[in-house]
This record gives sequence, C-alpha cells and structure tokens, in this order.
Amino acid sequence: MRARGLFTRTALVLGLMFLYLPILSMIVFSFNNSRLVTVWDPAHSPTLKWYVALMSNEQILRAAWLSMRIALISASAAVVLGTLAGMALARLGAFRGRMLLAGMTTAPIVMPEVITGLSLLLLFVAMQQLIGWPKGVGAVTITLAHITFCMAYVTVVVQSRLSGFDEALEEAAMDLGARPLRVFLRITLPLILPAIASGWLLAFTLSWDDLVITQFVAGPGSSTLPMVIFSKVRFGVTPDVNALATIMVLIVATGIAISTVWMRYRQQRRVRDLQLAALANL
Amino acid sequence: MRLTTASGRRLVAGIPILWLLVLFLVPFIIVFRISFSEVRLAIPPYTPLLTWRHGSPVLQLHWSAYRFLFTDPLYISSYLYSLKVAAVSTLCCLGLGYPMAYAIARSDAASRPVLLMLIVLPFWTSFLLRVYAWIGLLKNNGVINNVLMYLGVIHHPLALLQTDFAVYIGIVYSYLPFMILPLYANLEKHDGTLLEAAADLGARPLRAFVRVTLPQSFAGIVAGALLVFIPAVGEYVIPTLLGRTDQIMIGRVLSDEFFENRDWPVASAVAIVILLLLVVPIMLFQRLERRELEAAR
Amino acid sequence: MNAIPAAADPDSAYVRIANLTKRFGDFVAVDDVSLDIRRGEIFCLLGGSGSGKTTLLRMLAGFELPSAGTIRIDGADMSAIPPYERPVNMMFQSYALFPHMSVEKNVAFGLEQEGLGREQIRRQVGEILDIVKMGGFGARKPHQLSGGQRQRVALARALVKRPKLLLLDEPLAALDRKLREHTQFELINIQQRLGVTFIVVTHDQEEAMTLGSRLGVMNHGRIAQIGTPSDIYESPATRFVADFIGSVNMFEGRVSDDGADGLRIDCTELGCTVRAPRTASCTRGATVWTAIRPEKINISRQPPAAAGQPGPAENAVRGTVREIAYMGDMSVYLVQIDSGSMMRVTLPNVMRGAERPIAREESVWLSWHGSSPVVLTE
Ligand SMILES: Nc1ncnc2c1ncn2[C@@H]1O[C@H](COP(=O)(O)OP(=O)(O)O)[C@@H](O)[C@H]1O
Ligand SMILES: [Mg+2]
Repeated sequence: MRARGLFTRTALVLGLMFLYLPILSMIVFSFNNSRLVTVWDPAHSPTLKWYVALMSNEQILRAAWLSMRIALISASAAVVLGTLAGMALARLGAFRGRMLLAGMTTAPIVMPEVITGLSLLLLFVAMQQLIGWPKGVGAVTITLAHITFCMAYVTVVVQSRLSGFDEALEEAAMDLGARPLRVFLRITLPLILPAIASGWLLAFTLSWDDLVITQFVAGPGSSTLPMVIFSKVRFGVTPDVNALATIMVLIVATGIAISTVWMRYRQQRRVRDLQLAALANL
Repeated sequence: MRLTTASGRRLVAGIPILWLLVLFLVPFIIVFRISFSEVRLAIPPYTPLLTWRHGSPVLQLHWSAYRFLFTDPLYISSYLYSLKVAAVSTLCCLGLGYPMAYAIARSDAASRPVLLMLIVLPFWTSFLLRVYAWIGLLKNNGVINNVLMYLGVIHHPLALLQTDFAVYIGIVYSYLPFMILPLYANLEKHDGTLLEAAADLGARPLRAFVRVTLPQSFAGIVAGALLVFIPAVGEYVIPTLLGRTDQIMIGRVLSDEFFENRDWPVASAVAIVILLLLVVPIMLFQRLERRELEAAR
Repeated sequence: MNAIPAAADPDSAYVRIANLTKRFGDFVAVDDVSLDIRRGEIFCLLGGSGSGKTTLLRMLAGFELPSAGTIRIDGADMSAIPPYERPVNMMFQSYALFPHMSVEKNVAFGLEQEGLGREQIRRQVGEILDIVKMGGFGARKPHQLSGGQRQRVALARALVKRPKLLLLDEPLAALDRKLREHTQFELINIQQRLGVTFIVVTHDQEEAMTLGSRLGVMNHGRIAQIGTPSDIYESPATRFVADFIGSVNMFEGRVSDDGADGLRIDCTELGCTVRAPRTASCTRGATVWTAIRPEKINISRQPPAAAGQPGPAENAVRGTVREIAYMGDMSVYLVQIDSGSMMRVTLPNVMRGAERPIAREESVWLSWHGSSPVVLTE
C-alpha cells in the first residue's frame, strides 16, 4: 500500500512540475533583457522592456481587441444555444432528433480542428454562392464558427448539471401552478446558473484561444490574437510573446484566486448548514 | 412527461438542432461532395458535381482526389505517421495521467479540489502559448540544453526540437488534463472497501490493483484515451511548431493542400479519409459520453 | 363484507378513474384501472415496487398522459388540463423542495402562482407551517433541515393551496421507523382537520392499514382488490392479496362437498379435510386454495375435541415444532405437519414466563375454527 502511494504521489508531483515548468520559464524570461530569449542576461535583467514593447505593438493590441469581441459574442451566443440543447437532452425525454442532437453536440469536442475548420469554410463559400451571405470571410464567419464549437462544451456542462438535479423539482413547481416559462425562470435557471457561468467561461476561453478553425474562416484584416502570435512564433521565439503570456497567466491566476476564495467562503457556509441540520436531528 | 407545451418543446430542441444541422452536419456533406470534384482555376476552385447537359442533370463523380491520395506515398506515410504519433502520445498520456489521477483520487478530501484546479489551470491559459513555451525549452540553446551543459551532463547540445520526441512532449503536455479528468471522475467513484475486501481475501496491493481497480477504471481509461487520440490524429499546431520538417502529420497536409496548393478537392478527400479512420473511435466516444451524462440522473 | 356499500352511487365518487391505462412502449405500467375515491377520505394505494403506483399518481397530477381511460375530479374531466391548472397537488417521494429557496418561499411558491396578495400569502404560509409544527423554521433552507422536517415542509407546500385532491407518493418512506409511526397519526390528524381528500401511495402494508380508510392493492399495473383494511385482511379476493398482506398458510385442495353448512375441501398437502364458509363461485370438484392466517390457528399438546373421532380429521392436523422465533409481543412457530408441509402459527405472549412453553421438536396439534379459512379460486 505504502509503496504504491509513494509511486503515484511522485508521479503527481513530477506531472505537475511538467505542467508548470514551461509556463514558469516563460514568465521568468519575459523579464530577460537579451534578445536571445532563453539566455539570461544578468547584467541588464530584470527589465520590463518587452512589456513596454508589447503595449506599443499596434498589431497585437488590435488583434487582442478583435479576439475579445469575438470571444464575448461567441460565448454569450454559445451559452444560449448550449443551454437549450442541454435542457432538451436532459429534460425532454425521448423526442424526434434526440440521437441527432446528442451526436452533434458530442462530436465537435473530439473532432480534429482542421476538419471542422475546412468544413465550415466550405459551408460559408457555398452559402455565399447560394444566398449571397455571409459576404466574404471575416469577423462574422469567425464568430459563427466559434459559436458552433463552443456550444458543444456548454451543452455538456449544462446537461450534466441538469441530470444531477431531480426532475421532480420542476414537476413540483408545475404542480404548484407555475407555467413552463415560469418554471424555467424560477426553478431551472437559478439551479443551472453556476453551470451556465462556467460554460460561458469555458466558451470564452476556447474562442479566445482558437487558432486552427479560425485560420480557415478568417479573412484578410480579421487576424485574431492567436493568429498574430502564431505568425510570430512560427519562425522562432520572440521575447514580447513571453510578456504577453505572462500577462494572460496573471489574469487567469487572479480570476482563479478570487473564485477559490469565494468557493471557500461558500463551503464554510455549507459546513455550518450541515451542522444546523445535524442539530435539528437531535 | 410533459414539462413544456408542445410548441415550447419544439423550440427548445429545434433551435440547437437547426443550428447544428446548418453549421455542423451540412458542412460535412459539402466536404464529402467537393471531395468528388476536380480542381480547376475558377471561383470556386472545383468542378460542380451536377452539370446540365441537353436539359437534364448529369452527375459527375471524380475519383481523382482519392486516386491521388492512394498513389502519392506522401499521403499514406502522413496518415500512418499521424496514427503512430497519436497512439504513442495517448499511451504516454495514460502512463503519466493514470498515476496522477489515482494519487488525486486517493488524497484527502480537502486537497482534492486544489489538485484538480492545478491540473486544469494551464488549460485556461493559451494553448498556443504553452506549446510555444516548449520551443524555448527544447531548442539548441534552450533552457534544457543550457542546464544540461552547465551541469556537465552533455558537452554538445542535444537536438530536441523538430523531433518526434518534441511532438510527443507537446501533445502529452497539451492533452494531459483531458486524460486525467475522466480517469479521476472514474477513480473517485471507486468503493475503497473493495480494495479492503481484496486485501482481506489475501490479495497483495499490486494484485488487488490489477484485479480490482484497473478493470473497474476501464471506462475512464477508454474515455481519456479517446479524448486524446482523436484530436491528436488531426493535430496541426504542435507538429508545426515542434515537429520534424521531413515528415509532416496529416492535419498539416490538409492545411497545406488547402492554403498552399489551393486544391480543395484533395483537401476534402484528406478530411474524409481522416473521418473514416476516426469514425469508430468517435462513435465509441459518443456512446461513453452519453452513458456518462445519462447515468448521472 | 357488507360494511361498505359498493361504490356504485355516482354521487359518492369524488375522483373517478375509469379504465385508465399507461403504456411505455410495449410495457404496460398501469393496466385498465378503474377506481372511485370519495370526498374527504384517505385512500391508500398499496403495491410492491414497480407495480405502477407512481405512474398512476403521475397521471392524476398530469405529468403523464394516459394511454387510455379518463380521470374526473369533482365531475370535471382532466384529460386536457395541464398539471399547472389541475386542482391537485402532489407531495413527491423525494420531497422535491426547491434547494435555492427558504422554507417560507417554498411554501409560498404555489400561492404566488395564484397571484394572491403579499399579506395574504404571508398569513396562509404562517398558518400552514404552524399546522405542520414548522412555525419557527421559515427562514431555513431545505438543506438545513432534518429528514422529518423536510417531510413536513413538503406536506405544507402541497397543502397550502387547499387542493381538491392531495397525492402523496411514499410520504414516509424516508423516515426511520419510530418517526414514521408517529407521523402516520399526525398525517391523519392534519387530513381530518383540513378535510382534503388524500391518495397515499405506499409499499408498506402496515402503513397502508394505519392510514387508509380504504385500500387498493396493486399488482402488475392492475388493481387486485379494493376495500377497507379489515376487508382486505380478512377476506382477500385473490391468492396474491392474501399472500401480499400479512402472512398466510395456503394449500391447494378440491371441493368435495358443497353443503348448506359450508364447503368441505380435501387437501392432500395438508392431510385433512378443511371446512370453510361458502363462497359463491365454488362448485363441487373445483380446484381451490384455502388460506389460513397464522394467528387464527391454535397450537396444543392435546388433540382438539373434534379430532378424536374416527375418520380423517377436520380442521386439525398433527405436526412437529421445528422452529420457534420469539418476537417480543408474540412468538412464531414453524410446524412441520405430518404430510410434510410447513405451517406458520403465531401466538401472542400474553403472560410473562408461561409455565411449560411448547418447545422445539415437540409433537403438537394444530386446529382452527371453521370460519377461519378463506377459500380462493384465483
Ligand atoms: N417513463 C417511463 N418509461 C418507461 N418505463 C417506465 C417509466 N416510468 C415508469 N416505468 C415503468 O413502469 C413500472 C411501474 O413504475 P412505477 O409506477 O414507478 O412503480 P411503483 O411506483 O409502484 O414502484 C416500472 O416497471 C417502471 O420501470
Ligand atoms: Mg414509486
């Protein structure tokens, strides 16, 4: 028993180091003075010059702004569609098209991105020929593509949260006289709100981060941040990308820290509640 | 069960179905169609499938894209190479991910969420940047070589970048959370008393693990392996940034056919053949996923 | 069998279920059930797990559409009425308390849907919470309550709208034994106080007999028998009911005489002739089953008076005690009779430390009164 505990624990520690070492090295070298990126220049480091360079890089700022807008819209639309799909799968029982919907919401999660990207572009081309819309590729087609693959993830999150809830809750509300829309607004929505929130965050991250599908459906003048980064790093390492990575890690870390504190707080409340219930049993 | 009125039901299920039909299913049909066309210099750059001759439609199926695929050794070797890379990476992911998931599932309740958070955290930061970080670590004057030379382990830098090794590292690194999470979800549900029962019946720990824990976690292993294997076959970014230049993966082939050669029919045929290779794993994944999502109730 | 008039009088049927059937694919969950329920009664649906009780309730509440048949409540046909417009409320087996709302909010939910004023809602919620003795707990969330408290809140929430019919699906199943017995009587109290008609589903026969003014026994989606608790216990209509409610000794036999003083049944399994009250549907030569309740059998060392006569004994057999189980209030004897079959006999432990109790492996006589056996044809 002990030996295996030791082995798996060692694997865990090494695995975590493996996961964090590259991120750590990027952060360290973002403060390096040398152009050579991975050779520490002790004389002039640490320095913030790559951060300064980054902040004056028009191209990156413009791309970041575009990515931000696309991610906001895509995540919001994906949450609406994914919630509908998740509710249909978890609550409507057997309906026509159920298998189809279930298949179409799980497939995009594992589908190789080059295939999704190619097929979406060919669709947009065909649509343009047939109905004249969308006009060319750009932010609109990128957003449509992102909504499509993001909603699959939201569906899974919402569906699994809903399956964890007793369907009798909604039936009870209806039994007490609430119409379906009422039931959704007063019971279902509050219950799945955490799932919707994490689905939105997930969708935002996926959209913000996507390169391959975006490359297919983007046009000239609609370069997203990942596209700009890719074109920069494809031919070697550039120090300002380290600075960019550090900023993004910082933002995520802050968000996680806040949510962890919040969860701790809620958990403490839960513990207190459990104690109350235990007292009630006496 | 009538949770909603008939029209409400139709709306709830209908909107996402319609969206996915148009933006997920129809595109595949278009890809399939174009794979049977021939390339031409026009807009769009492929021949139509239906032509009108003497007032009646004529179906023109061209097999040239597929013939091309099976005669030029580049494609076949790329497919095989991609399958190999995906398989090796999946095994490595499993080898590293299983003990990690096991360790988390066996740790005390308070530290489990923290550990899980640590596993998922990198996933929230840019995938592209994390792959990029490996360039800095693996290249000739990169961190790893510098450290090894400083320690005197080696005297000449090792060629790490642009090797199979670098691609394995990149894929394992990027997909590890996808292996760990389903494994953890599975292992966490295991009943600890089963192992005690096995020990009580005289099984040594390793034997108890092989006979009790491992078979029970099979579903988790399959789910995690599929989540890594399927997308890895078509991986584009990792081999492009870290991989060999003399042997490319099929995702890159597809992208090059499309963007560099502007040969849409061949790109489509490449995609269709990838799908054919992956159709069994994808269906398997969907079945597992459905069972998982529906068992939760 | 003459205590309750047959429910043929249409005015007495407050809820009238006619030929109700529910199929899930090929599976028939509820099979041609017809049932009349009177205003103000507690009707208990009793049946094993999977017998279709919940499905029947869900059709009454409007969550499942019947495959065939009709439901009328207080004269109104319910077919086209959605759950949120039915004058019916349900207390769910899982209680289904809204986890994100306080007790007060939970109970108020139904009233809010009716568009009542704030003040009125507050008053009614307060009243009903007092009735279920949950007055001080209005601000708590469901997860801050114990199982018994949740049960009360669920009851209050379902009752506060004063439905014409309250459906309770295994209302006490989640409570431990002591609390359950206590709550049974409280439930009856509340029901009598408010006068609401109850349909209670349960798989626990004791609970059904305590709560119900009448019972319906369900088996494989069908109603096997309807009647008062004593009807069903003393005069079961089928072998299933006899066996399901309480325990019973049942033997196959053949009707040998059909006289004015009752039936005479030859039971080879039992090794004696059974005399039993007449049953309308029995004729000479028919194969029947005789059912005798364990507590209606006497056990003694001496042969009963009637058994001394020559010829085969009537309503008496000899046997050997094989097993004795002391249950506190009574003792159960498993007796192997001379034909080889086993019989179960229960005796109340009236006196402490009786002088010479019957012991294992003792030879005994079992006998019963001629009115005790019930003759069943199906
Ligand atoms: N929605 C459904 N789909 C298919 N079968 C069902 C459904 N609901 C209930 N059943 C089946 O109908 C039978 C009766 O179920 P139920 O009414 O819940 O029984 P009870 O409440 O008496 O235990 C069971 O065999 C159950 O499997
Ligand atoms: Mg039930």
